Amino acid sequence: MIEAPPPAVAPVQKTSATRRKLMIAVRGLTKAIEAQKILRGVDLDVATGETLVIIGRSGGGKSVLLKHLVGLMQPDDGEIWIEGENILGLSERKLADIRRKVGILFQSGALFDSMTVEENIAFPLHEAGERDTEAIRKRVDEMLEVVELEGQHDKMPVNLSGGMKKRVGLARSIVRRPSVVLYDEPTAGLDPVVSDSINRLIRRLQERFHVTSVVVTHDMKSAFHIADHIAYLHEGQIYFYGTSVELQQSTDPLLQDFLLGRSECGV
Amino acid sequence: MTRFFTAIGAAVISLLTYVGELVVLGVATFGSIFTQKLRWRLFLDQIVEIGLRSQLVVVITGAFTGAVFAAQTFFQFNKLGMGSAVGAVVSVSICRELGPVLTALMVTGRVGASMSAEIGTMKVTEQIDALRALAVHPIDYLVVPRALGMMVSMPLLVAECIGVGIAAGYAVAIGLLEVNGTYYMANMVRWTQMRDIVMALSKAFCFALLIVFISCHKGLTTREGAVGVGRATTQAVVDSSLAVLIFNFFMTMGLNIVFPAGYQ
Repeated sequence: MIEAPPPAVAPVQKTSATRRKLMIAVRGLTKAIEAQKILRGVDLDVATGETLVIIGRSGGGKSVLLKHLVGLMQPDDGEIWIEGENILGLSERKLADIRRKVGILFQSGALFDSMTVEENIAFPLHEAGERDTEAIRKRVDEMLEVVELEGQHDKMPVNLSGGMKKRVGLARSIVRRPSVVLYDEPTAGLDPVVSDSINRLIRRLQERFHVTSVVVTHDMKSAFHIADHIAYLHEGQIYFYGTSVELQQSTDPLLQDFLLGRSECGV
Repeated sequence: MTRFFTAIGAAVISLLTYVGELVVLGVATFGSIFTQKLRWRLFLDQIVEIGLRSQLVVVITGAFTGAVFAAQTFFQFNKLGMGSAVGAVVSVSICRELGPVLTALMVTGRVGASMSAEIGTMKVTEQIDALRALAVHPIDYLVVPRALGMMVSMPLLVAECIGVGIAAGYAVAIGLLEVNGTYYMANMVRWTQMRDIVMALSKAFCFALLIVFISCHKGLTTREGAVGVGRATTQAVVDSSLAVLIFNFFMTMGLNIVFPAGYQ
C-alpha cells in the first residue's frame, strides 16, 4: 500500500490511524451547496483495513462527505487522497480508475430497476469486460451467498424489501473486490433485526475480504458494533475522532447529547 | 425599466446557458462514439424502442396526413381543372416538410418523453450516481446508444412516413376522388426529385439529434423527485417540439438554396 503524501493541512487526529498506512486522507475539504456551507474544512484519515464510522446529525453533511470520497461530488476546496492519489481535479474518465478500487452502497440501494438481481450484481463484471458467463454466474452466486440471498437471482428490485435491496446493492458494490467500501446509512429505515444482520455483514466483509470501510450512519448501535474508529461530524468539521470506548467515555456535552438523543445541549 | 431589462438579460443568459449545455452534451456524445466501445446490445434495444415500436404511430400519421392533404388539395385544384396535379403537390410537400416534421413531432411525444422520464427517474433514484460509482460514464451508457438509435431510426421512419403518405394520397385521389391515375403518377414523378428526398433525410437526421440531446439533457439534469421527473418530461417534449419547428424553418430556407424546390 502506498504511504499517504504529506498533508497540505496538518491532520487533527493524533491517533493510531495517522501512524499506519493510510487508504484515505482528506485535507481541508470545504463544500457549499447554494448559500449553505455543508463542509467547512474536514480533515480525516482512514487507515488500510479499518472500519471508520462517521456519525452526526441528519443533514450535517455525512452523505455529502461520503460522495466526495468517490468523486461523485466536487468540493470547493481541499484534497482527497485515495491510495496515495489525489482525486480532485480528475476528469470523469480518469476517476474511473479510482472508482474501480472503491465500492459504494447507496442509502436506497440504487439498484438498476430494469435489471434482475443477477443482472445488477453481474453488471460491474460485464462492464469490466468479463464475457465468461459461467465465471460470472459463479461470482454472482458467491456474492449472493455472502449477503445471504441465495436463490434470489431472478427477482426484480421492485419485488425486494428495503433490507434485501441494500444487500443486493452491497453485493454489486463488492463483486469486483474493491479495496474500499463506502456505506451510506446502511441500516436506515430497517427494523432492528435486519439492521443487526447488515451490521454483521459489514463486519464479515471486512474479515473475509480485508476491505477498508467508511460507514455513514446516525444509528449508534450500528456504529458501536462495527467501528474501529468513530468520527463525529458537527457543523461541517470533524468534532471528535476516536474509538468507540473513547466516545462513550467522553464527557463532552455535545457528544453526550448525541449519544443520549437529547435535543438541547445540556438541558 | 431596470427590472424589465434585468429580466430580459436573465432570460437570454439562461437560453445561452441551455444551448451551451446541449452543445457540450453533443460534443461529449460524439467524442464517446468515436473513442469508447459501443454497447451493441443497448444500441439494438434503442433501435427496437425508437424504430420498431414507433411503426404504428408513424404509419397512421403518414397515412392520414397524406390522405387529408390529397383531399384538400383536390378540392381546391379541381376548381381550376388541375386535379391531376394533386400527386405532385402531395409528394413534394410530404417529402420536404410534412413527413420530417410530423414524424419528428410524433417521435418527440413517444420517444423523447420516454427518454427524459427514464433517465430522469434514474437520476433522482441515484441510479446514475451508481453508474458513475461503478466506473461507467453515463454518456457512454445512456446517451450514446439513444443518440445512435435515433440517428439510424429517424431517417428510416421519415422515409416510411413519406412512402405511406404518398400511397394514402394516391389511394384517396384515385379511389375516392376519381382523379386520373396515369396523369397523377406522371405529374408526381416529374415534379418529385431526388433532392426532395435528400432534404427529407437531412432534416430527419438533424431532428433526431435535436430530440435526443434535448430529451437526454432534461433527464440528466432532473432534480426534486417525482415532480422533477414530470417537469423534465414535459419540458423535453415542449422544447424538442419547438426546436423541431424552429429549426425546420431555417433548414428549409438554407436547404432550399442547395436543393431548390420545383422542376428545373
